[in-house]
Amino acid sequence: MEETARSDCTVTCSFKERGGLIVDIQSKVGSLYGNAIKDQVEEGCRALGVTDAVIHIVDQGALPFVLAARLEAAVKRGRPKISAEFLPGKQPARQTRGVKDRPRRSRLYLPGNEPKFMANAGLHRPDMVILDLEDSVAPSEKDKARFLVRNALRSVDFFDAERCVRINQGALGVEDLAMVVPQFPDVILVPKCEDADTVRSIADAIQKVEHEHHLSGETLILPIIESALGVVNAYAIASSSHRVCALAIGLEDYTADIGVERTEEGRESFYARMSVMTNAKAVGVQALDSVWSDVEDLDGLRRSTLEAKALGFDGKGCIHPRQIAVVHDAFKPTTAEVEKASQIVAAAEAARKSGLGVVSLGSKMIDAPVILRAHRILRMATFGVREEDPN
Amino acid sequence: MKQPVTFVKNAAGRLVPRSVNGARQMPFATVRGISPSGTTAGTPIRSSRDYPSDGNKVVKSLKDALRRSGIRDGMTISTHHHLRNGDTLTASLFRVVKELGVKGIRWFPSASFPCHEELIPYLESGVIHHIEGSMNGALGRFASGGNMSGVGVLRSHGTRYQSVQDGEVHIDIAVIAAPSADAFGNANGVWGNSACGPLGFALADSEYADRVIVVTDNLVPFPCVPWAIQGNNVDTVVVVPSLGDASKIVSGTTVVTKSPDRQLIADHVAHFAETAGIMKPGFSFQAGAGGTSLAFVLKLKERMKSKGVKARFVRGGSTKVLVDLLDEGLTDYILDGQAFDQTGVRSMRDDPRHIATSPFTSYNYHGKGNFASIVDLVVLGATEVDCNFNANVVTHSDGLLLHGIGGWQDCLFAKCTILAIPSFRDRIPVIVDRVTTLCGPGSLIDAVVTERGIAVNPLREDLVKAVRRSRLPLRSMEEIQREVLAICGGRPAKPVVDPKHPIAVVKWVDGTLLDTVYRVETR
Repeated sequence: MEETARSDCTVTCSFKERGGLIVDIQSKVGSLYGNAIKDQVEEGCRALGVTDAVIHIVDQGALPFVLAARLEAAVKRGRPKISAEFLPGKQPARQTRGVKDRPRRSRLYLPGNEPKFMANAGLHRPDMVILDLEDSVAPSEKDKARFLVRNALRSVDFFDAERCVRINQGALGVEDLAMVVPQFPDVILVPKCEDADTVRSIADAIQKVEHEHHLSGETLILPIIESALGVVNAYAIASSSHRVCALAIGLEDYTADIGVERTEEGRESFYARMSVMTNAKAVGVQALDSVWSDVEDLDGLRRSTLEAKALGFDGKGCIHPRQIAVVHDAFKPTTAEVEKASQIVAAAEAARKSGLGVVSLGSKMIDAPVILRAHRILRMATFGVREEDPN
Repeated sequence: MKQPVTFVKNAAGRLVPRSVNGARQMPFATVRGISPSGTTAGTPIRSSRDYPSDGNKVVKSLKDALRRSGIRDGMTISTHHHLRNGDTLTASLFRVVKELGVKGIRWFPSASFPCHEELIPYLESGVIHHIEGSMNGALGRFASGGNMSGVGVLRSHGTRYQSVQDGEVHIDIAVIAAPSADAFGNANGVWGNSACGPLGFALADSEYADRVIVVTDNLVPFPCVPWAIQGNNVDTVVVVPSLGDASKIVSGTTVVTKSPDRQLIADHVAHFAETAGIMKPGFSFQAGAGGTSLAFVLKLKERMKSKGVKARFVRGGSTKVLVDLLDEGLTDYILDGQAFDQTGVRSMRDDPRHIATSPFTSYNYHGKGNFASIVDLVVLGATEVDCNFNANVVTHSDGLLLHGIGGWQDCLFAKCTILAIPSFRDRIPVIVDRVTTLCGPGSLIDAVVTERGIAVNPLREDLVKAVRRSRLPLRSMEEIQREVLAICGGRPAKPVVDPKHPIAVVKWVDGTLLDTVYRVETR
């Protein structure tokens, strides 16, 4: 008997020839939600066309969207041909889809088969939440995770965070798309991306699902580069589709691919990081740095994030919510940066008003990219300003 | 056949029994309590001529001491929870009581722990008639099933002192576990293998019980100093090989929660304390040893350091987290009722700025004031809270009695009381329409801080005003409740309880009855 985790439930379904539906519930919240659980299971069986079966539930306080996913997975393991779906209630849509240029300072990875952290993930205010179907999900649990992630996209309020899904590689990933794209994720993360064709085929697959389901807006793509070949092809990958909103680098896999240890100093990956960043910027999309994997070491995370920012990255991966505030703080512009940016923008504005082609600040001439960067700093300053200098 | 219980509705709108275990009760009237009359309890006058002039009160065994104390059926025996989950003395005590053939004991502990599950056979066989004190975990479940012969009485630490002082509970025999004692009966909790910190919970018992037995596993030559318990109040001293499991008496290390949601709650509370102007030079606060509380202290500490604010005193239970504040000069004093880890015990023993307190000094409502109302900020937990800020701390939403009150009710009198709680646990909403058991009237609870936002009690217009224009996530209780009910899939069912069968009552700080806990239909 597998152990049922907190806030989760284990559902088993044995189909019968006759005898109707028998539902057996052992729930830690049984006296409070036992009837609600039974009603939901019966509703689910109706939706899925299950009439004769024995359904056992061991529940540790699963929320309704979790119960629905576990039930559907159990039913479809027994009867894979059932095409009907059992979809839980839907959150009102937020108007964030298809915006390529928005802050992506923090992206919080959530294991796709662990419901415990999903309901409250948005409260920690990451710029992106990533429901992961890939590395954090055991191969035997891929189907269960897919239902859970689909239901989370429908039911969980992630507040203003971009809602993202990291799909699997290859054919499994295309199956993932069919399940998740109809639930309006903002961004699809493509892991271990090595060439432009991979992105193009995923863009086509997304397009197909969007078309079939008459979806409005556009699902964006975030390729993650995690190998030497991917680094070499970074420019082609970034420019492969107009859906690409950023390039991310994954250093755990990259260092394994080149056959070295990942160090805190990161000399071994310096070229790769700079290459990914430069190629992303060459195409005009964002560059996102790898995760910091020591959750306890917040000072290390802060140093690493300040470095990433200084190198030109726009964001950092997070594997624990407590990392988010540290990352956001590190990405805040400093008072000195904001002051300088304000002067540049003011000078540009003055030049525009007086019809001058050339912008200057004091004795220095200001180029167009510098003005763009100044605007960008002022926009980032709306999230807060850091008083001290990075050093 | 038992007489049917008659109930009366109290001023909080709760039905409470007119009498409990044969004693007439007063229903709760107001938050500030009734005006008491009469005099406090006394003890029989004793004479030195009846005690050994060499000061040696050591007797050969606990059985001997109980016999000399005149133990008989129906007596009240008290114990204390400073050995926490490491206590093995209480189980030995009732083994001896049983061997002596005594029955019908009212057990009057200052609190119980999971280790006291061992006492269930004595409740079943009638050695113990009922418990007046917290019933945690297994004992609570046992009582909730209607299996205890009498009705449990739940009191806060302060109310326990009040009930003894006012003569409402007469203790026949107090058995005090002493990590260090001399043959005269002077005792403390800061030395020895079973060192636990202060012994304040046993103070009332040592002063008001007819007979006082000190049991120690560390007999030292006279004088045992400091004397947290004065030997002049002690009848006999018993030496045993061990009082309990030292590793469960205090923890070696103190663990701060890693739960991101609890960290978030802690962060909100600290942010609130600063924004509302509570965190100012010379302020004071109390937070428990639960994970969220410790996380709160650490978050507040960051803010204190960054603003250069120092506290005048902080209240224990102490842990390394509080001791660090003292060591780093962020507070002048720790006023401490219990020490939860070894650092806390060591600090109380070695640092004169770390002071032991008792329920008399800290909490007793029938005194000439107490410390609780002097504290600027207290951060507490709860199992449930309603939209009028009424809170429950003893039962769960399924009706089961699972926790004691501790100092919770007493602390509500602080200048600002905050409940730091998740808005739901697993699937169970913490914000409810009506609390299963009322333990704290909402008028004393100033803010509820959840991971989904902060609700300030509208009665506290000053606080509402102080934080109004801040960046705090301020919301109404109703708004948070709506959101949580949507997440949990609607309102939970009401627990199925037997309204004719009270299994415990909850006292208010003045000794009146605030609410009733009922038998839960087990299915």
